[in-house]
Amino acid sequence: MDKDNVAESSMEGLKEQLRKESKKAKLDFNELKSGGFIKQTQKDLFTVRLRCPGGKVNADQMRKAGEIADKFGRGEIHISVRQSIEVPYVSYKDFDAVAESLREIGWAVSSCGPRLRVPTACAGCTYNPNGLTDTQGICAEVDKRYFGIETRHHKFKTSFSGCPIDCFRTREMDLGFQGVLEPQLIEDECSGCELCVKGCDEGALKMDGDFPVRDWDKCIHCGDCVKVCPVDAMVSKRIGWLARIGGKHGKHPYFSYEVANFLTDDQVYVLIEKSLYWYQENAIGRERIGAAIERLGLDRYMDDVIEPLGLETIRDPKERVKYYAKGNFYGK
Amino acid sequence: MQRETSMANKGETVNPDDKLDLSGVLCPINFVKTKLKLEEMEVGQVLEVILDDGEPMKNVPRSVKAEGHKIIGVEKLTEETYKILIRKETE
Repeated sequence: MDKDNVAESSMEGLKEQLRKESKKAKLDFNELKSGGFIKQTQKDLFTVRLRCPGGKVNADQMRKAGEIADKFGRGEIHISVRQSIEVPYVSYKDFDAVAESLREIGWAVSSCGPRLRVPTACAGCTYNPNGLTDTQGICAEVDKRYFGIETRHHKFKTSFSGCPIDCFRTREMDLGFQGVLEPQLIEDECSGCELCVKGCDEGALKMDGDFPVRDWDKCIHCGDCVKVCPVDAMVSKRIGWLARIGGKHGKHPYFSYEVANFLTDDQVYVLIEKSLYWYQENAIGRERIGAAIERLGLDRYMDDVIEPLGLETIRDPKERVKYYAKGNFYGK
Repeated sequence: MQRETSMANKGETVNPDDKLDLSGVLCPINFVKTKLKLEEMEVGQVLEVILDDGEPMKNVPRSVKAEGHKIIGVEKLTEETYKILIRKETE
């Protein structure tokens, strides 16, 4: 198979060719179908994408990646933009040997193609001082429950950010979840020191007499006011997840819509299931869920998915303004 | 954690055991200097720190709290500077 043929052959043609070649080399085509082996420019060579939910691996896995790179690749490792360790330059003839080698430590390849992808996540509250939610914990659980589910259309990406700094770009995910905290002032405890006012990047707090008052149209639930309060007068009333739907990057990025706030972990799982089902049923061809929402209208998704779940809905576009980027995409 | 309803800036006078003028010192060096000074001090002693308004006032008090110490006073000195009193709570 020379380079020109690869460029011209359709996706199906490539699959058919792979099927034949894998049969010849006595490979399990189902293993290939699940994804994780990505065709390279070079003849017969693939990049092996390893499964690293939340970008977290242990030392055994790290050594195993090195071992595979030395034995089957060219001693190189690439870290993907979605936190996966990838080993380039692996021949398709070695796929079985790679899979077997991974099985020795209970590891596996990751997904590609029209599937629910491995979720990504920051360090979260376990050791990041800004983190509000356990992003790594929920990321591992989501990976366990939904990894590799076929969407019938295109890829479906999820991510988890532990706070509104949003390092994991939930705005650019098909379905993203970001940690949020609802602050509450216990006036009897407040000393009026104003540190919370100083600590608020959003300008949501102002002193009114002895106490800080909050403009909820500005508060983005980052929890900075709680973290700075020296007398524990500003406290956390609740912590949860802000859900964003319909984002993507690529040639024509979409920024997602905030659709529900303060979800519990269990509500996150249900929303992933229902949104995936809605995408399977309502999308056309290879459009992403954001394009399906654009075509059918956000109200349709809200009515079909969000409202029946009884979530704390974000429906009025005005409620989304405070979360918007300050740049050129939004707010026009 | 022990709760206090009164702070030094509400009339209570506290004599600091040590002082640190961090005006003009940038983040996170101001916090590092505060931390080093607190390490030299005894639990229960009070450190007075002068901080610039803006980033230092946003970051240093929060970091000091995260380290387990107690801010017992906040006072505006000038338009640009604040004085905070930190009581060392842990080693």
